Amino acid sequence: MYVAVKGGERAIENAHAWLAEERRGDPSVPELALDQIREQLKLAVNRVMAEGSLYDPDLAALAIKQSRGDLIESIFLMRAYRTTLPRFGVSRPVDTAAMACIRRISATFKDLPGGQILGPTFDYTHRLLDFALAAEGEAPRAPITEGAEPAAVPHVTEFLNRDGLIQEEPHSDETPGDLTRNPLELPANRPLRLQALARGDEGFVLSLAYSTQRGYGRTHAFVGELRIGLVAVEYDVPELGFAIHLADIELTECETVNQFKGSRSEPPQFTRGYGLVLGQSERKSISMSLVDRALRWRELGEDYIGAPAQDEEFVLSHCDNIQATGFLEHIKLPHYVDFQAELELVRRLRAEALELTGAPAMKEAAE
Amino acid sequence: MNATALQGGFATPAHDSARAFRATLDALARPGTIQTVAGAQPPAPLSVAAGVLILTLTDGTTPVHLAGAWDCADVRDWITFQTGAPLVGPADAAFAVGAWNDLAPLDRFAIGTPDYPDRSATLIVECDALQAQGAQLTGSGIKDSARLSLPDAARVFAANHALFPLGLDFFFTAGDRLAGLPRSTKVEDN
Amino acid sequence: MTAIAQTPTETDAYNFAYLDEQTKRMIRRAILKGVAIPGYQVPFASREMPMPYGWGTGGVQVTAACLVPEDRLKVIDQGADDTTNAVSIRRFFQRTAGVAVTENTPEATVIQTRHRIPETPLTEGQILVYQVPIPEPLRFLEPRETETRRMHALEDYGLMHVKLYEDIARHGQIATSYDYPVKVEGRYVMDPSPIPKFDNPKMSDNAAIQLFGAGREQRIYALPPYTKVVSLDFEDHPFVASKADHPCGLCGSTDSYLDEVIMDDQGGRMFVCSDTNYCSTRREAGHIGAMAAPAPAQPQERRAE
Ligand SMILES: [Zn+2]
Repeated sequence: MYVAVKGGERAIENAHAWLAEERRGDPSVPELALDQIREQLKLAVNRVMAEGSLYDPDLAALAIKQSRGDLIESIFLMRAYRTTLPRFGVSRPVDTAAMACIRRISATFKDLPGGQILGPTFDYTHRLLDFALAAEGEAPRAPITEGAEPAAVPHVTEFLNRDGLIQEEPHSDETPGDLTRNPLELPANRPLRLQALARGDEGFVLSLAYSTQRGYGRTHAFVGELRIGLVAVEYDVPELGFAIHLADIELTECETVNQFKGSRSEPPQFTRGYGLVLGQSERKSISMSLVDRALRWRELGEDYIGAPAQDEEFVLSHCDNIQATGFLEHIKLPHYVDFQAELELVRRLRAEALELTGAPAMKEAAE
Repeated sequence: MNATALQGGFATPAHDSARAFRATLDALARPGTIQTVAGAQPPAPLSVAAGVLILTLTDGTTPVHLAGAWDCADVRDWITFQTGAPLVGPADAAFAVGAWNDLAPLDRFAIGTPDYPDRSATLIVECDALQAQGAQLTGSGIKDSARLSLPDAARVFAANHALFPLGLDFFFTAGDRLAGLPRSTKVEDN
Repeated sequence: MTAIAQTPTETDAYNFAYLDEQTKRMIRRAILKGVAIPGYQVPFASREMPMPYGWGTGGVQVTAACLVPEDRLKVIDQGADDTTNAVSIRRFFQRTAGVAVTENTPEATVIQTRHRIPETPLTEGQILVYQVPIPEPLRFLEPRETETRRMHALEDYGLMHVKLYEDIARHGQIATSYDYPVKVEGRYVMDPSPIPKFDNPKMSDNAAIQLFGAGREQRIYALPPYTKVVSLDFEDHPFVASKADHPCGLCGSTDSYLDEVIMDDQGGRMFVCSDTNYCSTRREAGHIGAMAAPAPAQPQERRAE
């Protein structure tokens, strides 16, 4: 006698209760507060905001706590929340030239107006575990230099632009498309590609960028400038006739300077790759610039060598980690029906093949 | 803006539009059937059914064309206030509303492209009456055959069908009743 | 409806059926264009849902755009109402739309499904919503959307015929057992979603409206009632809607699609209806399979749970 397994609802409830218990961990250890996550796991918060496409450090901290530190799960929570938000309007484009930089470096010029600002970086730290942190020591205060408050500094690439050494980007006041409101249509234009990359998985974009450095669509990139800091978000209120300042948000912007041999119509000059990411997300913004530049082969008259990073459809269709993780993990769901269909097919094909070769067909045990 | 623009929308938008959509879906999925809808009180000459379709399907992303007498201040204001749909000429319209003669000629409207046949206009044709008699309809959505009173000769709609998978889709409205005629339907005279 | 407790609605926190009105309008417009062009995949701006892509987000969005408060919803996965993802989706709509639910196929007004078409014939007034993972039937032959879109536009389905023909050359038959491509009203080749090919004939001339939602791939397509749907085949190798050649061990049905269940580690197995509602309805009507308990609701029946 046989009775099919039941109780899906009960099983789900129990699993979720267990998950909540696991999330809390040992109750004798103090619970994490959201402000602790927001302040002390800031780079995780930044990544969740960037790939979640929603600038809200408190919500990102909540998502990280709720997801037990699984950042892709946190990004998913942010995205699902984001889609429920009504859209009141569209801000003015942010002006990154007016950014109050806490970090600004150029790999192409030793010194330049505005200077190199190292800022809070892991660069040049020796990656040695700091056991003093384990001892819960108070963090050292950074020395304060008089007159070193963040200030607006000009873009490095503008210096090259003055001499015509770098390609001028066409100016456009066209409203860019929005992947979150319209289905992706291919081929896509550069604003849509950049939006997809800005939301894209950091690991995926990083690996693609790395592949271009190893020759799969090489673009000879230098970091022309990497800057991190606060920019103002302004919103035009038609009724008032002027823009109001909504908030300051932290952004990371990267512009790469890439070699370009020139073409029949263009003399040799440098070209650019661009990356702009919410929060302090250096690795992501540099990666994004490299992939952006690799995807521009067509407009720059370069050869398509079949490199993954050059393939717009491949990159845009696979860079979103929420789409990827959902589809990947869905193979955990029951597939009894399709598997049964395959089982029948394989049995039939085998039986026919064995009949043809004259071998005795295996008798199915239960038949 | 006219005060009437502020009135006559759905009282409970989520529920009213859900019921209206189901009637609309049934109308288009079962050509020849006539559905009754409710919830909109639009200004004349817009019928209740056309008003319901506009409230249910249009918003700031769907350009609407108003034809003939329907292109009047009351209707313009009502649609603008209730839906935010931009009012445009026929070539840019996702939806068009009016009497049959004012909507003609039909070749002014988008019929989609071979890659994207869905990028075609939907015409909301205001009629005096709707009856399940007249031209014979066959095809997808119809068991055997159906009949529907149409505002023009069958060959006009047959010509639209001949464009398939491109073509226009129609809703015919009269009072609080509506019927659908997708491009997939074959239309004959008897 | 017995096993599923009614949960109070949470419509205060979210809009009716979860999605905001603008999103529903966008989906509804896509559904209507899909209905007007049967078998054509309409792009739509799929939203991020509170469940993962690949777990029915397309079907959920289509269902959310169709539901009215008066609906009676049935959700099945693999033919069964009680599989975990079916339970999860059904509960989502109980919470967000407050609709009644049922397991009884004839009672349902909207049925969301993954991988099956119910055995009980559907009727006019019903909507069957399919969850679709990969809506493009040509995708595994040509990965590029730019290419497959052109093929549909030109009605160029040679690639598909070559694939099926290669199957015949190699295996003597078409080696596709589920997700078996169909042609709709002689025009569009369409992916039926991963239903077993046993279910394919049910799509044709069906009295219900059939809607297909692919969330991650951002596509919606539709089959209006009484639409002609033909499984692709060749004259000398006609399509066969095959299934396991057994009766259901529980209800004895010989014409329903079957799940194979491993009974023990000696190779013992049995076959039971994949459509749980169909099977239980038959048993309630007195049909008893060879391996069923003599009568329902015997005390020992609960032992195996
Ligand atoms: Zn059975």
